[in-house]
Amino acid sequence: MAVITYLEAIRSAMEDEMRRDGSVFVLGEDVGKGGVNNATKGLRDLFGEERVMDTPLAESAIVGVSIGAAMYGMKPVAEVQFADFIFPAANQIISEAARIRYRSNNDWNCPIVIRAPYGATGGGALYHSQCPESVFFGTPGLKIVAPSSPYDAKGLLIAAIRDPDPVLYFEHKKCYLGVTGEVPEGDFTVPIGKAEVKRQGTDITVIAYGIAVNYALQAAEELAREGISAHILDLRTLQPLDKEAVLEAAAKTGKVLIVHEDNKTGGVGAEVSAIIAEELLFELDAPIQRLCPPDVPAVGMNPPMEKFFLLSADKLATAMRQLALF
Amino acid sequence: MTDNTRRTEVTVPHLAETLVSATIGKWLKKPGDYVEQYDVLCELITDKVSVEMPSPVEGTIIELLVADGDTADVGAPICIIEEKAAGEGAVPGTAAPEGGVRELRQEPGEVPMSGRYSPAVLKLAAEHGVRLEEIRGTGLGGRITRKDVEAFIASGRTRSASGARPEPAAAAAVPAAGTAGEPSSPGEEAAASVPKVPVRSTGLHLSSNPPLPNIEVEGQPVGRGEYLIDITPIRHTIASRMRQSVSEIPHAWTMIEVDVTNLVLLRNKLKDEFKRQEGINLTYLAFVLKAVVGAIKDYPIMNSVWATDKIIVKRDINLSLAVGTEDFVVTPVIKQADQKSIAGLAMEIDQLTRKARAGKLALSDMQGGTFTVNNTGSFGSILSYPIINYPQAAIITFESIVKKPVVIQDMIAVRSMANLCLSLDHRILDGVICGRFLQRVKENLEGYSMDTKLY
Amino acid sequence: MSIGQLAKHRRLGLSDQDVIEMYTYMLKARKFDERSLLLQRAGKIAFHVSGIGQETAQVAAAFALQKGKDYFLPYYRDYAFVLAVGMTMKELMLSVFAKAEDPNSGGRQMPGHFSHKKIHIVTGSSPVTTQVPHAVGFALAAKMQRQDFVAFTTFGEGSSNQGDFHEGCNFAGVHKLPVIFMCENNQYAISIPLHKQVAGNISERALGYGFPGYKVDGNDALEVYRVVKEARERAVRGEGPTLIEAVMYRISPHSTADNDLLYRTKEEVEENRAKDGIPRFKQYLIDNGLWSEQQDEELLEAIKREVNEATDYAEKAPYPKPEDTLRHVYAEDGEVPAWQ
Repeated sequence: MAVITYLEAIRSAMEDEMRRDGSVFVLGEDVGKGGVNNATKGLRDLFGEERVMDTPLAESAIVGVSIGAAMYGMKPVAEVQFADFIFPAANQIISEAARIRYRSNNDWNCPIVIRAPYGATGGGALYHSQCPESVFFGTPGLKIVAPSSPYDAKGLLIAAIRDPDPVLYFEHKKCYLGVTGEVPEGDFTVPIGKAEVKRQGTDITVIAYGIAVNYALQAAEELAREGISAHILDLRTLQPLDKEAVLEAAAKTGKVLIVHEDNKTGGVGAEVSAIIAEELLFELDAPIQRLCPPDVPAVGMNPPMEKFFLLSADKLATAMRQLALF
Repeated sequence: MTDNTRRTEVTVPHLAETLVSATIGKWLKKPGDYVEQYDVLCELITDKVSVEMPSPVEGTIIELLVADGDTADVGAPICIIEEKAAGEGAVPGTAAPEGGVRELRQEPGEVPMSGRYSPAVLKLAAEHGVRLEEIRGTGLGGRITRKDVEAFIASGRTRSASGARPEPAAAAAVPAAGTAGEPSSPGEEAAASVPKVPVRSTGLHLSSNPPLPNIEVEGQPVGRGEYLIDITPIRHTIASRMRQSVSEIPHAWTMIEVDVTNLVLLRNKLKDEFKRQEGINLTYLAFVLKAVVGAIKDYPIMNSVWATDKIIVKRDINLSLAVGTEDFVVTPVIKQADQKSIAGLAMEIDQLTRKARAGKLALSDMQGGTFTVNNTGSFGSILSYPIINYPQAAIITFESIVKKPVVIQDMIAVRSMANLCLSLDHRILDGVICGRFLQRVKENLEGYSMDTKLY
Repeated sequence: MSIGQLAKHRRLGLSDQDVIEMYTYMLKARKFDERSLLLQRAGKIAFHVSGIGQETAQVAAAFALQKGKDYFLPYYRDYAFVLAVGMTMKELMLSVFAKAEDPNSGGRQMPGHFSHKKIHIVTGSSPVTTQVPHAVGFALAAKMQRQDFVAFTTFGEGSSNQGDFHEGCNFAGVHKLPVIFMCENNQYAISIPLHKQVAGNISERALGYGFPGYKVDGNDALEVYRVVKEARERAVRGEGPTLIEAVMYRISPHSTADNDLLYRTKEEVEENRAKDGIPRFKQYLIDNGLWSEQQDEELLEAIKREVNEATDYAEKAPYPKPEDTLRHVYAEDGEVPAWQ
C-alpha cells in the first residue's frame, strides 16, 4: 500500500478507469494541461487529447454534452473548474441529468460524473471557496458524494464512474495536498450510499463529511487526552444518505454534533438532524447540534473573516467538549 | 542584537490555493547579505508554480533555516532577517475571536438542570426501574446524563437487576494520525461488544416511502367473524341525539325508593273495570305520570332548559314518554299532561305507544317535550342510569315493582317497592332540589289510596 | 414530362414511393394533431401543443436522415418528424392520454416530450434548448467512437436564444462534430413575434461558430430535404456541424392554453394557412402524375381509421399503477453494475 495525497488518489482513479474502460473520458476547462489544480496531470500524455478533452469556457455545454455522450453509452467525467462555477450548468444537472431515467421510464439513463472542487483553502474568497452541495441535495435522481480521505476519494470516484446514474463528486480543495493516506494498489471501490465510522467512541457522536471529518479526528485526539471519547461518522455519500449508519451512530451516544463547511441553514446537516429527531427521540441525551459557518454568502478574503467563518480543529474541539459535558 | 533592531521570520507564502508546502530550489542570498525589500531571496518550487520569492522586509539575513532542496509547510519560517527598528507593526486584528463558533448553549446558571431529563434518560430509567432522584448528575448544571444512568444501572442498584444493559465498552479509538485519513476499516475493533441499539426506536416515524394508497377492491366479502347491520335513519337519529346529550349536558344521578303497595292494591281494584270501560289497559305508568306531573308543578325548575346565559322554565308540562321496542326507542310527547286525569293519561299512553310501535308517529307527536319519564320497570330493570332527553333538564325512570321485606315502625313487613331514578342536568339542578322533587313524587305515589279518582 | 427531364425529387435521389410516403406522413401528423386538439377541447386530455404548419419541413428532414442509425433530439411540436422516423400513431396517442404503455415516458411526461430508444429518439424535456448540447454529446460520441452516424436536433427560434444553443454550437464548431441543428422558425415564440425575439439572422449565427448556416423555405419539402441531406453528408465527411433555419408559420396557437388572437390577427393566420406546405406538396405529386384526388380521399379515410383506432386503444388503455411513482429514480437492483 502506498501513502498518497487526496489529489493523487483522484488522479489515479481517473487514470485506472480510463485504462480499464475505453468509453471513459475526461473533459473540462484546462484539463489537458493537467487542470488548474493538477487533478488531471499527465492524463493527456497517456490517453491523448481526444479522451482528455479541453472544452470551451461553457459549463452548461460541458455538462450538456457529457449528458448526450453518456446517453449514447460513453462514460464522461466532466470537470467544473471550481464548484463556485457550477451554476450555469445547474439546469442541465437538475432538469436533465437527474431526470433522464425517470422521465423516460427507464428507457434512457445518464451515467455521468461531474467533478466539482469545493471548499476553502485560504485566499480563495467568495468565488473560489464555496460549498454548493446543498443546492443539489434533495434532487432525486442525483447521487452526491464528498470523500474526506484518499482511500475514499479513489474508491468513490471509481464507483461514481461505474455508476449508471449521474454522480456529483465534490472534492475538497484543501484536502488535495493537505490530506494523505494509504491507498491500495489494484481495483477497489467504495460503495456509494454507505457512510463509515472513522473513529469509535462512547461519549459523543460527530457526523461530518469532507474536511470537517479531518478536523473532527484531530479534535478527538485532543479530547481523548481529557478523557472524552468521540465517535466519528464520515457520511462519504450525501445522497442517498446512509440513514442506518446515521441512526446507529447517533444512538450509540445519544449526543450528536453534525459538522460541515457548507452554510448551516438548509445544509445537509439539517436533513441529518431531522432524520435523527424523527427516528430516535428516545435515544437522545442532548439536543442535536450543528456546527457550521454562519449564514453569509461565502468566506471573505481577509484573514480575520476567514478565521471567523471557517471551521478548524479548535472550533470542533470546543463544540465537542461542550456537548460531552452537557 | 542592538536595541533598535528586530528579528523577523520570513515564512513560506501561500502561493496558490491548494498548496500546503513548498520546496526551496536554491537560495540566492546567504547569511550576512543585506537585502532591500523585494530583493529575491530564493527560488520556491511547488506543484503548480515555480517562483522567485521576494523579501517582504529590508534588513540583514541572519540565518537560513531550510536548506536547498528541502521542503517546508506554508507558514513555516525559512530564514531570519534582522530589520532596523520600526514601529510595532503587529498586523491588527490577527487574532480573530473564535466568534465563528456558534455557542452550543449559554450557561444556564439560572435553570436548574438536575430535574431536566432527556428522553434517553427517561427511557433507561423506566426500563431498569431506576429512581432518578437517587442519581447524582454529572452533566451540565447537575444534569443527569445517559451515562450517569448507565453507570447507576451497572452498579447494580436498580430494582430490576436482571436485564441491565452491559456498560458500553471503553472507546477503542482508531488512532487518527493528525490529518491523515485512515484506510477504510469498518470499526469492529471495539474491545467489548457494544450493544446494538435498535434504530427507529421512536415507534412513530415517517417511513421513507409513503404508505401505498389503500385501493379498495369492490365486492370484497366481509370476514366470517362478523356481520354488518345497516344504520336506519332512526338509529342514526338516536345516535346523534344521545351523543349530543352526553357531550353537552353534565349528567348527575340520584334515586329513591318508593313504597307502592297501595298503588298496587288500587290498580288491581280498578284495572278490570277500566279495561271493560275504556278498552285499554290501566298501567302503573299512568299513575306515575300523574305523580310526576304533580311534583313538577311544585318544583317547576325541573321543567326547564339550559340556554347558556339563562334558564328557560317552561310553563306547559309536556311529558316525553320513552317507548321502546327491540330495535329502537322513541319519545312521543303527552302535551299538557298536568291537565289530564289518570284515565286521560292512560289513554294517551296507549295511543302513543300504539302509534310508536306501528311507526306512525307524526312529527308533532315528538316535539315539545319538557320532561321525560321512562318506564324501565317494564323490561325488568330495578336501577337505571338514563340519558337526558336533550335539551330537557331531567329524566326519571320508574323501575320494576318488587316485593321486599322492609322495616316499618321497627317491624318487618313485606311491601311492594319500586325505585325511581333521576338523571339531572347539573348546570340547572342540584342535589337538594332534585332530592325534594323526588320526595314529592314519592309522596304522591305513596299517597294513592283506595279512594283515588281516575278521572 | 419529356424524357431527360427528371422531376425534382428524382434529381435529389428520392423515389416516387418516397415522396408519396412523405406526403402520407405529413397528412398523418396533421390528422393526429387536429384530433388531439379536439380531444383536449372535449375534456378527454389535459393539454395539447400543436405543430400544424410545420409538418412539411419535419418530414422532409426525417427522410434525409438514416433511421436506425442517426440519433434524433426533436422538440415538442415534432409529431410529423417522430412519425416519419418510426413512432406509431398508437404510441403517440398513448402519450397523449398518459397511459402506462406509452413508450415515451410511461405516462410521466406531457405530450410532445418524445423518447424512444429503439428508434433512436432521445428523451426530451420542457426547459427549452437543453437538447442542443445533448445532440452535440451524441455527435462527440460518434467522433470518438469512429461511428458514421449524425445527431439531428430541432428547436424553435425562441429557443435559439438560450445559452445552451450558443454553447452547443460553439462546442460543436470547435471540435467539428457531426451534428445538424435545425431551427424551425415558425415566427412566434408563444406570443412574441420574430422581430422581438431575434436580433439579426438565425442562420447567419453559424458564421460566428465557424460552420455554414442555411435559410430555407420550410414549406418547400424538397428544398428542406436537399439542405438536410447535404448537411448530413458534410457531417459524415468530418466537416462538422450545419445550422439550418427552416422558415415556416405556426398556424395553431402555441398550445391549448394560448389565446393567439391576443397577439395576431385572424387575417394573418389565414394568409399563412394558404401557404401551408401540405397542399403544396399534394399539388406537386399531382402535377407529377403521382397522385390523384381519388387516392387522396382514400388516404384520408385510411388515416381517419388509423387515428380512430389509436384514439380508442389509448383511451381504453390502463394508467400506470400509483406506486409506480416510486420507480426508476435510480437504477433498480439487478440493473446495478458489477462494482456493487
